[in-house]
Amino acid sequence: MVNIEIDGIDYEVEEGLALIQACEEAGIDIPRFCYHEKLSVAGNCRMCLVDVEDSRGLSPKPVASCAVQVSEGIKIYTKTERVKNAREGVMEFLLINHPLDCPICDQGGECDLQDQAMAFGHGESRFFDDKRAVENKGMGPFIKTEMTRCIHCTRCVRFSSEVSGNHEIGSIGRGNDMEITTYLNSSVESELSGNVIDLCPVGALTSRPYAFSARPWELKKTETIDVMDALGSNIRIDSKGLKVMRVLPRLNEEINEEWITDKTRFFWDGLSSQRIDNPYKRVGKKLVKTTWDDAIDLAKKNLISSKPEEIAAISGDLVPIESVYSLKKLLKGIKVKNYDCRQDGSKISGPRERWLFNSTISGIDESDGCLLIGTNPRKEAPLLNSRILRQSRNLSYPLGLIGAKCDLTYDYKLLGEDPKIVREILEGKNSFCDKLKLSKKPMMIIGQGALTGVKGSEFLDLCIELAYKFNFISNEWNGFNVLHTAASRAGAMSIDFIPEEDGKNTEEIINGCKAGLIKTIFLLGADELQLSDLDNCYVIYQGHHGDKGANNADLILPSAAFSEQNGLYMNTEGRVQESVRSVFPVGEAKEDWEIIRLISEALNLNSDFQTHEGLRNKIYKEYPNLNPFDDFQKNNPPEKKDNNDISGHKFSEAITNYWFTNSIARASANLSERNDYIQKRDN
Amino acid sequence: MTQKRLTKDLLKEFRFNEKEIKHINSHIIKYPKGRVQSAVLESLFLAQKKSGGWLPESAIAAVSEILNMPKIRVLEVATFYSMFNLEPCGNFFVQICGTTPCWLRGSDEIKKACKDHIGEERKISNEDISWVEVECLGACVNAPVVQINEEYFEDLDYSSMSEILVKLKKNQPIKKGSQINRQSSEPIQREKND
Repeated sequence: MVNIEIDGIDYEVEEGLALIQACEEAGIDIPRFCYHEKLSVAGNCRMCLVDVEDSRGLSPKPVASCAVQVSEGIKIYTKTERVKNAREGVMEFLLINHPLDCPICDQGGECDLQDQAMAFGHGESRFFDDKRAVENKGMGPFIKTEMTRCIHCTRCVRFSSEVSGNHEIGSIGRGNDMEITTYLNSSVESELSGNVIDLCPVGALTSRPYAFSARPWELKKTETIDVMDALGSNIRIDSKGLKVMRVLPRLNEEINEEWITDKTRFFWDGLSSQRIDNPYKRVGKKLVKTTWDDAIDLAKKNLISSKPEEIAAISGDLVPIESVYSLKKLLKGIKVKNYDCRQDGSKISGPRERWLFNSTISGIDESDGCLLIGTNPRKEAPLLNSRILRQSRNLSYPLGLIGAKCDLTYDYKLLGEDPKIVREILEGKNSFCDKLKLSKKPMMIIGQGALTGVKGSEFLDLCIELAYKFNFISNEWNGFNVLHTAASRAGAMSIDFIPEEDGKNTEEIINGCKAGLIKTIFLLGADELQLSDLDNCYVIYQGHHGDKGANNADLILPSAAFSEQNGLYMNTEGRVQESVRSVFPVGEAKEDWEIIRLISEALNLNSDFQTHEGLRNKIYKEYPNLNPFDDFQKNNPPEKKDNNDISGHKFSEAITNYWFTNSIARASANLSERNDYIQKRDN
Repeated sequence: MTQKRLTKDLLKEFRFNEKEIKHINSHIIKYPKGRVQSAVLESLFLAQKKSGGWLPESAIAAVSEILNMPKIRVLEVATFYSMFNLEPCGNFFVQICGTTPCWLRGSDEIKKACKDHIGEERKISNEDISWVEVECLGACVNAPVVQINEEYFEDLDYSSMSEILVKLKKNQPIKKGSQINRQSSEPIQREKND
């Protein structure tokens, strides 16, 4: 700790802080454009000038507070006349070439330049010459450019090299001719590219899908969480009336820091297309509209007419814990044993430490080695990949991949595609062992693609064996990680929505449907299944989008999307978070748990909860670690089992197309356009 | 100075040969491990020389590949320095210094000579000559100065510049260095009674 003085008041701050950070901790606002906490220091906007006095006396000229570190006894002045004049001067220079087009600029209302010109600017312009004009650049379907507005803070350039890792944006030319561009105006390819829109302090880079649709002050802001991947990124949904207008990230250092993926940022238009707004039943070959009473009655009839072993249920990737829980209660009530939440056929089971990201997401920053097994984190969790990228800058960080070769934006050692290599490493026959031995806190990340094969469960045990062999698991470190791709998987797993003893799992259920062993199947938002030729089976689909599941259904119960109901989600590291309703469900749609309660009542099952709150309290009572208001607790190490035979096991690809991983994303025109863009270029 | 753009329409094959790769590697080893990118200037100069005084897109790509750096980073360097041309130039490439000392000593006259004998700036003439105004060439003591390909021509005026250009067109030998017979930058000899 060092003692400093800011504007005559003494403070004690941590060593190594920049002056601007120290001032921030003291609650003094320093204007800035180029400085950003998560990026390297550039020091090129000069807006954060302050006066500094140390043992050598007052600094001869104001210094950039982002580029100077605190030292013992340093005195910082942020309100002197000289500082005020300096800021006004910088502001005036910045505004020389900045167009006065705020009325038609999408950044208006949330523009750093606008705000700071008001707070720190001179007030009037002394400039009469022509302004500089710059050609707009093509950065793909998500980022709209208006480069005349650019003030060359280079935040986007630093982001693309430091966080997204693709090195796509650069600054060409020099001096007055400097321009921000991609190489030959090519589209930005990173899955995190949308973050440059937030980073841009002016309106040079704005969101193309959101362009000219709303002003920030007319939007209702709901703080919630994201379900596009299993990280549970913290987001803010901005809505106008019944429509979601855009999605922005919220700061959560433990999960997403300040970023979100492009899929999260731009899926919102999918929430208003392809929606199921009314109950439907199949009459002949056609689906016709019906009423809720009739639909519930039909569901009841089919659930009663089949024997318990002829009924099955599968829960999807976007449903909250409450709905899965109430569905489980319903199934227990009618003695059904065939239910599964593992749509992709993953073989995870057992206590939670066997299938969670035990090191935690922020634990990646502590790790000193990484072994990726059957995963492509860039597709499965781009923000997690960005954290690995940050670690991989350390040249001595061992980084190996067992799985298919892929572009992860950083260099890694490809160990091969065969799952047997895990055994090789375990037996010390691989060259990677030497590096692993030196690591004190290595972590392994096992993707769902590694666990879906026939021997998925054995393979998981083998990985646990490997974890104990090296330092993956030690007294103070648990680096055994399973990475999920579905937002509701961890939550559904934690309430044991997996087949009971002699119950059928997903694959067996689907085969059972085809063979006529299953007469009625209940799909709770399950859209990732191959559901064709199910003529012998009555399919009840409860969900919000007319996607794969609904196409094959005989009865459709319209439910609310995650943005339209309160719900709990557990992310891949076991953190329970609450998703909050931002808009109301469309048409006749009801909340998931409510629909299931209606069916339960029709079946005369005692549901013993009437409200959502009652349901939640019941869940907390039965599963105490699902309370999102409790502190997040780390897991015990998983139990080890020796002699695992994995012969014949093969990896598969968990995600084939990053942009289309769920029914909302598939309904989104924004994401389709982005997907087409890449395919067109590749052809 | 105006913004330089890559001439992407002009397709041109570009590949370093073994000798050139060896040369680049000899520069790479000068720098610490993991700092391969430091050799980017040397590589770009080599590429520019090889492809006739300018850098086509393929050359930028070749440099980025050999140094394992993103293309945009190479482009940043190539656009930052005025010594790299991103558009084709003539076989004889005349660079006129227009910075203050040369300007005071009459670089405007030199420019006029070029306009008269070659044509517009950056346009390649029929005789395969082009000219461009650049920033300080670092020979202010012998102002005004022009650089033609890799040679300097100093102490110029309109007539001596015209003479040089006429000879260039006819491919005749030209006197390098000072055009008023100075050895280096000693004071200009004046007549005694002056």
